[in-house]
Amino acid sequence: MRRVVITGQGTINPLGKSVTETSAAFADGRCGIGELDIRDVDRLTVKVGGQVRNFEPDSHFDRQELALYDRFTQFAIIAADEAVDTAGLSRDEFSRSGAGIVLGTAGGGLNTWDDSYRKVYEEKKRRVHPFVVPKLMNNAAASNISMKYDLIGPSFSVSTACSSSNHAIGLAFQMIRTGMTDIMLTGGSESTLCFGGVKAWEGLRVMSNTACRPFCATRNGMVQGEGAAVFVLEEFEYAKRRGADILAEVSGFAMSSDAQDIVNPSKVGAARAISGALRDSGIALDDIGYINAHGTGTTVNDRTECSAIREVFGAAAETLMLSSTKSMHGHLIGGTGAVELLACILALRHGIIAPTINHLQFDPDCDLDVVPNEARQAKIRATMSNAFAFGGMNAVLVLRSI
Amino acid sequence: MDQAVAKRVIELIAEQALIDVDQVKLDSTPEELGIDSLALVESIFAIEESFDIQVPFNANEQHGSDFDISTVGTIIEAVADLVAQKGD
Repeated sequence: MRRVVITGQGTINPLGKSVTETSAAFADGRCGIGELDIRDVDRLTVKVGGQVRNFEPDSHFDRQELALYDRFTQFAIIAADEAVDTAGLSRDEFSRSGAGIVLGTAGGGLNTWDDSYRKVYEEKKRRVHPFVVPKLMNNAAASNISMKYDLIGPSFSVSTACSSSNHAIGLAFQMIRTGMTDIMLTGGSESTLCFGGVKAWEGLRVMSNTACRPFCATRNGMVQGEGAAVFVLEEFEYAKRRGADILAEVSGFAMSSDAQDIVNPSKVGAARAISGALRDSGIALDDIGYINAHGTGTTVNDRTECSAIREVFGAAAETLMLSSTKSMHGHLIGGTGAVELLACILALRHGIIAPTINHLQFDPDCDLDVVPNEARQAKIRATMSNAFAFGGMNAVLVLRSI
Repeated sequence: MDQAVAKRVIELIAEQALIDVDQVKLDSTPEELGIDSLALVESIFAIEESFDIQVPFNANEQHGSDFDISTVGTIIEAVADLVAQKGD
């Protein structure tokens, strides 16, 4: 079977506008969550979020591009540019190799929906801008990046709520592994921090209005974030031949469906995805030194996730480190797995284990080493990234050093 | 020709084509000005917003519709008609 490696990475998220800035924030345990600065925030109950701050779209895009790019597309393009740049690949090489792109997003152009509804419902305007449809569609980010880099191979968007990015990355991985293509761009992007986007989440009563504190006994819910991360995946021999700097190997992926409840997670479903990814990777349990948890900060997720990990890892659970970086960047919904993969690569490449910040009190239901509050230095060989979506759709990735 | 309408339509078209107003002639076709199909619907949107009118334009039947977009001149005439109807 062909092996698949990561040769490029890029991001823009509440912790930074590049991989370097984000890695520094992970190492410092810095929080990117704060008071929301959005229209009509006074009519929201939830007023905190992980926003991308000091972001000036007009310094990145021209007028025509701005007319066509929703914020989630803008984030995806900025992340893709950095990923392509670090991979050192040219537009010609993408096109020659028949490269493609698979991106995850849950809300797509939600800001565009929100603005347009506002115009016709609230302001009683007679019409909306003609580009509303090409701007809001979920595949807009993937399409615009395909045009920029001449990605003529398999390209589409994936939408499985909070697992979207992991599903996208897993599919891109499988395409290279099975010989469909040699190079893929993949990752995810999300921008749901607008009045309608936050209002919808308020309804479920699972949001914290203070901070995201995964695995802490006094945790009180999730916090939304926004941003994107994009990776370049390549077939191992192809990457070696061109002398690429290999960041990590994607060695395993598994998906499972709880088929049980539309919002409540299932330990059995999560455990099946975790053990499936380990099996697919072919590595031993105790090779996994670090797991980037789904760790949303809700009572039920964190308890269920820890219990599923214990079940699969058994005694090996005692020695592994588990952290939720959502405590720092918030829950990027469809983009979250992509940003969290950056923490896995940081752990493999630089031995820096990003912490779970805001952790105040031990919870016996989450009795694993959750790397509370401060980053750690540790040499590890393999990492895992969990994503367990609403709707019970789970996607787990395994990376290892190379 | 309604000079006020003509001036405003030319400004909107020039803005859309990213060119100077002097480069927009009455006999210029949208194509000659570099206005592609997306830019054309955006121009019509700008015209509707600017004059507060509803333009009966369907990109699928450009030659059969009442709104003649063959040249800048025909567009101005069509806009002027719609503005006049609005006043009736």
